[in-house]
Amino acid sequence: MNAIEIHDLNVWFGSGPDRANAVRDVSFDVADGESFGLVGESGSGKSTILRTIAGLVPTWSGQMTVAGEQLGRRRSKAFYSKVQMVFQDPYASLHPRQTVDRVLSEAMHLHNVPDIDTRIVSLLDDVGLGSGFRFRYPHQLSGGQRQRVAIARALACDPSILLLDEPTSALDVSVQAEILNLLVDLRREHKLTYIMVSHDLGVVGHLCERIGVMKDGRFVEVLAVEEMRRLEAKSPYTRHLLESSINSIH
Amino acid sequence: MTDAPLLDVENLWVRFRTRSGVFDAVRGISFTLGKERLGIVGESGSGKSMTGRAVLRLIRPPGMIEADRLDMHGEDILTAPEKRMRKLRGGRVSMIMQDPKFSLNPVMTVGQQMVEALRAHERVSRSEARARALAMLDEVAIRDPERVFTLYPHEVSGGMGQRIMIAMMLLPNPEILIADEPTSALDVSVQLQVLDIIDKLVRDRGMGLMFISHDLNLVAKFCDRIVIMYAGRIVETCKADELRNAQHPYTLGLLNSVPDLEHPREKLEVLKRDPAWREAPSVSARQ
Repeated sequence: MNAIEIHDLNVWFGSGPDRANAVRDVSFDVADGESFGLVGESGSGKSTILRTIAGLVPTWSGQMTVAGEQLGRRRSKAFYSKVQMVFQDPYASLHPRQTVDRVLSEAMHLHNVPDIDTRIVSLLDDVGLGSGFRFRYPHQLSGGQRQRVAIARALACDPSILLLDEPTSALDVSVQAEILNLLVDLRREHKLTYIMVSHDLGVVGHLCERIGVMKDGRFVEVLAVEEMRRLEAKSPYTRHLLESSINSIH
Repeated sequence: MTDAPLLDVENLWVRFRTRSGVFDAVRGISFTLGKERLGIVGESGSGKSMTGRAVLRLIRPPGMIEADRLDMHGEDILTAPEKRMRKLRGGRVSMIMQDPKFSLNPVMTVGQQMVEALRAHERVSRSEARARALAMLDEVAIRDPERVFTLYPHEVSGGMGQRIMIAMMLLPNPEILIADEPTSALDVSVQLQVLDIIDKLVRDRGMGLMFISHDLNLVAKFCDRIVIMYAGRIVETCKADELRNAQHPYTLGLLNSVPDLEHPREKLEVLKRDPAWREAPSVSARQ
């Protein structure tokens, strides 16, 4: 079964002469338990797709079926407990005046999760923080620890799908490795489906099985990670991306 | 090296007074910079950016800079008056910051700020400054300099903004360029282009480059010599092409923690920090 089916998705901002088409005629499926990557330059519309799925952009057309639910203008409460998002910048996505405990328990209150107290402890364990971090404020945490809290918050209501918007680009390479390992482990333990946006092909190649390459709001091509590793890209744009990332990493 | 190095730093400390005592951000490092490309690598908090700023004496109270020697081309800059420092900054040493969105003036056109930067350091007429600014924009591979000259920073892309930044910094012909993570705010496809431009300009002009980054692989590809910093000290220094023979576990950890497209691994290596690294004496990177 497919966890996510997107058909002819168009997303735009503004109207009339100011209308900018951010995503044009994009279709793709993500199977249950699969991890799908979206890559492209800034402004190619990859984050917009994630935000539209999450319900953060109202101006879209097309068909989206996510976790068995056909999406319309309004989403059910069950949708939000099945689909959660992790944002790029852990410095901006946590409330500076709320403790870790409050951030996590608020998410669980909203979804009527029972037994919040024990669940917070197990969540913090899951993301490798331990209960010592429970009553800290974000400014008392490092970037990597904050991103762990953001991931714990996303996992709080036991979702089946995680939308990851450049989850490691604000972090150091050494910390990035820790977070990527954590995401791999969590996916296996919780049987999660991922859609991950990144401009770093190495990161996407590590975490994803299939990759959609975007340019100017359209899909240039969708290829499996093995094809990408063998540099068997069909479109010249993908090849250009591959070359620049291999040159810069080696 | 035949003549005096462009930069000669010995036992540099950067300290901050905080409520819980004095915090040492940089703890007694020594290095020299000749006409070469020197890469400084480390994680956030390792003191690499502070080192770059200390060289320009850009650390304000409560921060303090101490050193046995801080010479620029034989001139002592540790005790130089502020007026002299203002001449040096931008004139003989320039700095490229991480994000052009925050380092260009949003209410001046690209042209205005370039001309202003040049005229702050050299006595040139407006028309000559304009001509040199246009020529410089052309050198950083901006296709239509005349048009870009009249744009405001919000009207240009990130990659173009960074190229404008480079053009502006190189306009007064500095001898030393300090680039603090110049490409981390840019897309991969643009990164390479910007690096190529920096590389070409530094070579053509025979400048010294201090390249500060957290990405060891990038630095290894781009620089001649690498200094690896941890907790305010230098743990290892080597030639870029000898990086494969690096010994220090921290260096190896940094190298192995990057996901590699061509050589996939089930699990990425994670740094296991040894408290002894903090206490080990700083390695000298003087030549």
